[in-house]
Amino acid sequence: MTVESTAARKPRKSTGAKKPPGDAPDPDLIQLLTPEGRRITPSKGSRGARASRTPDSPTPEELAEYIADLTADDLRGFYRDMVLTRRFDAEATVLQRQGELGLWASLLGQEAAQIGSGRATREDDYVFPTYREHGVAWCRGVDPTNLLGMFRGVNHGGWDPASNNFHLYTIVIGSQALHATGYAMGVAKDGADSAVIAYFGDGASSQGDVAEAFTFAAVYNAPVVFFCQNNQWAISEPTARQTRVPLYQRAQGFGFPGVRVDGNDVLACLAVTKWALERARSGEGPTLVEAFTYRMGAHTTNDDPTRYRDAEEYASWEAKDPIGRLRSHLESEHHTDEGFFAELETESEALGRRVREVVRSMPDPDHLAMFEHVYADGHALVDEERAQFAAYQASFADADETAATEGSR
Amino acid sequence: MAVQKLPLARALNESLRIALETDPKVLLMGEDVGKLGGVFRVTDGLQKDFGEDRVIDTPLAESGIVGTAIGLALRGYRPVVEIQFDGFVYPAYDQIVTQLAKMHARALGKVKMPVVIRIPYGGGIGAVEHHSESPETLFAHVAGLKVVSPSTASDAYWMMQQAIQSDDPVIFFEPKRRYWDKGEVDMEAIPGPLHAARVVREGTQLTLAAYGPMVKVCMEAAAAAEEEGTSLEVLDLRSVSPIDFDAVQRSVEKTRRLVVVHEAPVFLGAGAELAARITERCFYHLEAPVLRVGGYHAPYPPARLEEEYLPGLDRVLDSVDRALAY
Repeated sequence: MTVESTAARKPRKSTGAKKPPGDAPDPDLIQLLTPEGRRITPSKGSRGARASRTPDSPTPEELAEYIADLTADDLRGFYRDMVLTRRFDAEATVLQRQGELGLWASLLGQEAAQIGSGRATREDDYVFPTYREHGVAWCRGVDPTNLLGMFRGVNHGGWDPASNNFHLYTIVIGSQALHATGYAMGVAKDGADSAVIAYFGDGASSQGDVAEAFTFAAVYNAPVVFFCQNNQWAISEPTARQTRVPLYQRAQGFGFPGVRVDGNDVLACLAVTKWALERARSGEGPTLVEAFTYRMGAHTTNDDPTRYRDAEEYASWEAKDPIGRLRSHLESEHHTDEGFFAELETESEALGRRVREVVRSMPDPDHLAMFEHVYADGHALVDEERAQFAAYQASFADADETAATEGSR
Repeated sequence: MAVQKLPLARALNESLRIALETDPKVLLMGEDVGKLGGVFRVTDGLQKDFGEDRVIDTPLAESGIVGTAIGLALRGYRPVVEIQFDGFVYPAYDQIVTQLAKMHARALGKVKMPVVIRIPYGGGIGAVEHHSESPETLFAHVAGLKVVSPSTASDAYWMMQQAIQSDDPVIFFEPKRRYWDKGEVDMEAIPGPLHAARVVREGTQLTLAAYGPMVKVCMEAAAAAEEEGTSLEVLDLRSVSPIDFDAVQRSVEKTRRLVVVHEAPVFLGAGAELAARITERCFYHLEAPVLRVGGYHAPYPPARLEEEYLPGLDRVLDSVDRALAY
């Protein structure tokens, strides 16, 4: 074939030219709080929404029941969670800019998805995060400063997963979906009634491990909730580069329900996750929740989103800000007064101060720490290399001592 | 009966049975391990006796098998997973290397990963592509993993139980062409440490070090050499991570010559590591450079060529002659 004949061929239809449905919000997105902060109370007969989701999806009125008992205190609590998580996140971003952290993955814009789903979990549930779940960690009672060790470079995860049932951050995309599924299989074997929730993003949904996790969870009916935060971007790649169908619809092919929830609506995220966790607990198996949200910041502090996304898109999502909408709701429903916001601002400042202080005083690990915990039962080569390294280090101490002795003469 | 004569595969089966009986947290997982009993029948009859909840047929997804085993280990189980063939482990390589190997260290010791990954490995059975590989070095290179391979029924029996009892992930390479070799298994013996090498034949002029399927070849080579008046010592390493360098050093200080034999490609293989370490440790004892016999830097060949690729008696003896000629 000549070059000419190739060039003369009709160009193939570009898959990137037309935006696939995965990129557009579903008209039946589950929402319980509008961007203006108005609570939506589904009326009977609003079941139409279910048809466009997968079978077994909850109806809006079913979901509304999960948040029917929320008190003003609860709502103020969610607001506080979101504000403090955002403040912590902002502080970490600044600390990275100041050179105190090697990297930071901001959750800006995803507070509702994380606080809503995180607050839906029970103490005995188990959470498998990716590396951006600072809000979920907050809900699980992990001290936020513990999240910073790995970003500062002093460890690869600074908390005991078992003390809060919050697993270590996982950096390889989607790996933890399988760990969560295996853990959930164990929960079922133990006859326990707790549930497991796995977090991952729209980019991770392309990974084989996530698909394999769906398969295992489905065939073993594992009590696991897959919570996908579709924040529209996997570094510079839009969701359109990950999928041709809305992500929540994938669940159908695996044989379990998938729902798309407004990820910037903390109440909807709470209700949907509670529903999915309850389903898992009662032996009905896995659920995929797609929280349709937006990453307001960069992928990480190494990234520059101005190179690949436009200001208009950002502005459209800014109007849906999860914190702003709950604040509007709190103000309009008289759940708060100025005192509440002022007090929260003080608390927020204190958190920022504490985070700065802890990070700056975080000690570097002992030099021999790299040899610790490589193996639980020990390993001859590690023992040998540790001894060599210790002797090598000690040789400097000896030299220093000699120099000091000589200097004092 | 304390001592039984069993094929290696059967010894593994008995060992897995003991593990399942002893510890309710032990699970077997893999493709076809249930009713079929595995393609090599290593898990034969175990699902019937322990149920589908303990001997679990999995979807055909290697990353999924290892990834869910990690989750089960986090929940307190001790999964023993089967990868059906050596060449099928690569889809799971990410989970093994980035997750399984590092979980204990990442959690600063708070999390244990008692997962055993069983891999029937190596050639010599006339199989098709991806069914005859020896990828042990890929795993031995990764800190956090332990890599072992038995050569006899007795070691298969005991090493499997020790691997399951270990709180570390163990990659357990089963020499598939030795599955049908019978050996005596003392069910009441007190086994030596999992990672200790073993002198299987005493000799004075040269040490042959091997593991897994190549131990038998080395024993045959030593027998043939004896007829020619040459005394070879044969060392079964049993473990590729860690390697029992002390045992190799002891042997080399006696025989002054070392030839390492494995099926895996020679380049950057276990033999390369042994050559380097033993040269460091025994430089003044050595009468000859450490030589290596193994696979070539080529994809594992079609079955009709595998006898040329795999180290056999003649190639081992050729290296022995070269080492003795220095």
